[in-house]
Amino acid sequence: MLLVVEQFLNGLQFGLLLFLLAAGLTLVFGIMDLVNLAHGSLYMMGAYFAATFAAWTGSFLLGALLALGATLLLGIVLEMSALRHLYGRDHLDHVLATFGLILFFNEAVRLIWGPAGLALPLPAWLTVPVPILPGIHYPAYRLAIIAVALLVALLLYLGVMRTRIGMLIRAGASNREMIGALGINIKLLYTLVFGLGAALAGLAGLMQAPILTVQIGMGENILILAFVIIVIGGIGSIRGAFLAAIFVGMIDTLGRAFLPNLLRQVLSGAAASTAAPALSSMLIYLVMAIVLVVRPEGLFPANRR
Amino acid sequence: MKAFTVSKAVTALMLAGLVLLPLYSQASGNVFILTLFTRIVILALAAASLNLIMGYGGMMSFGHAAYLGIGGYAVGMLAQEGVGSGFIQFPVALAASALYALVIGALSLRTRGVYFIMITLAFAQMAYYVASGLARYGGDDGLTVYKRSDFSGLVNLGNRTQFYYLCLACLFGVIFLIWRIANSRFGLVVQGLRSNEQRMQAIGFPAKRYQLVCFVISGMMCGLAGALLANNTDFISPAVMYWTRSGDLMVMVILGGMGTLFGPVMGAVVYLLLEEFLSQLTEYWALIMGPMLLLIVLFGRGGIMGLLGRFNRG
Repeated sequence: MLLVVEQFLNGLQFGLLLFLLAAGLTLVFGIMDLVNLAHGSLYMMGAYFAATFAAWTGSFLLGALLALGATLLLGIVLEMSALRHLYGRDHLDHVLATFGLILFFNEAVRLIWGPAGLALPLPAWLTVPVPILPGIHYPAYRLAIIAVALLVALLLYLGVMRTRIGMLIRAGASNREMIGALGINIKLLYTLVFGLGAALAGLAGLMQAPILTVQIGMGENILILAFVIIVIGGIGSIRGAFLAAIFVGMIDTLGRAFLPNLLRQVLSGAAASTAAPALSSMLIYLVMAIVLVVRPEGLFPANRR
Repeated sequence: MKAFTVSKAVTALMLAGLVLLPLYSQASGNVFILTLFTRIVILALAAASLNLIMGYGGMMSFGHAAYLGIGGYAVGMLAQEGVGSGFIQFPVALAASALYALVIGALSLRTRGVYFIMITLAFAQMAYYVASGLARYGGDDGLTVYKRSDFSGLVNLGNRTQFYYLCLACLFGVIFLIWRIANSRFGLVVQGLRSNEQRMQAIGFPAKRYQLVCFVISGMMCGLAGALLANNTDFISPAVMYWTRSGDLMVMVILGGMGTLFGPVMGAVVYLLLEEFLSQLTEYWALIMGPMLLLIVLFGRGGIMGLLGRFNRG
């Protein structure tokens, strides 16, 4: 019982984290029609910034805030210097150009921070276990991640659906020229959206940093997961990304936790312990394959263009 | 004969260079260059196979490295189990790649555009995790191939020069095949599907079936490259299938010129030589290579072949 609740929460926490990453990816794709492979690099930069700033200031929260601003700024600079020229080009050009950016970022990090990973220690008040149900404790930090990610998801939803900026963003997604003709500075709008996407990736990175080590290439594995999520959820759909992210986070976490035992019921111990890790890593890809067979456009496709 | 063009001259020069390379290596005593170019030729083969579906078929596979791994693991696993004959290893490598391509292709081709890019990417990543889970065959650490494929005296893969020429022959064979496919009725249908799938379907061509066959052929070609690669490095590991590898292949194709016959070879030669040159120059070679790719995308449309083509218009 204890284990089930704990793993369930772990799955939720991981799923919400993935959502932050996938939201930025799907926002940038849905609105600017830009495939950004370097999104994982922004996640990595968020983590490195946080580790560095936290060490400088001596405060976790201050470091996290500074890191958030830094990734936002980095995203804006990146958009203005390079990616702006890629709008309207072939998706393949996006893939190639942003692949080049991944190489650049990984190497830049190696140059600046060295090949060894960094650690981002948590302040004491975030490491205490919190009682959530009678007899069940859960780490405060993971609860904090869940709370922050839910809050961001809510703000994002309200921002995109209920504000004037959000309306312009949605309008720009369906017809860029029209919005420009109405006298809206579409260039600036795009830059801001990209910056927002970068900040979301950075937020995911810096929140994950204390749980994992901060290391080169940390964005690459998780980027693939984010891709799987937006494919399952339907590209360009924030709601789809949210639901798919939680779904994938749950499957991945619960699969890793319980699959070995389940397999042991049907297979011999040795066979089960070799098959389980591979099978649990594959699980989400299998789910994705099934989803695509049934719904090639994802579960919640955004408005078709 | 058509008129002389700069791109033809450069291509001919490059091919002649590839053919004569072992002579130069022998004359100068530079063994390293032969090893380097064996690798380049093998990856050029993989890039050419990707170009078949990407350049001619318009299918942007971002998971082509999976076939490198599957072909390689077929050789490595059979060698581990005591089956050393290349006459068994290579057909198995091709069959395994074909089977994988058939399943992945049938699923991925339900989607198009960016979905297709990401699906192929995700499936290749799945293959990567499967290989990492193969505890019996080295798991994460990879598998050493202690004995290269044995072709009962026909070719000796242990001999550097013979192995190089085998790889080169495979490359030329594959390029010849791609040329024949591209100009056949089948190839024209596939190219027609690239430009307008709906129209082709309206004429009455079963679009997906044509694309799937093309996808499988490409996968088999890349599987061949994988089998050669395992023999070249005497080692195969999941890292070969990692998604950045697929990105490398894509870069080679686009760098050289997508949809041109010799573009991918050119791209592989330039990309890998550049990597080699820059990594000798500085440890942080990717710091230069990354932005360079960005600049190539921004300013060099059509790749090297496109660039060379411009000389004729002036």
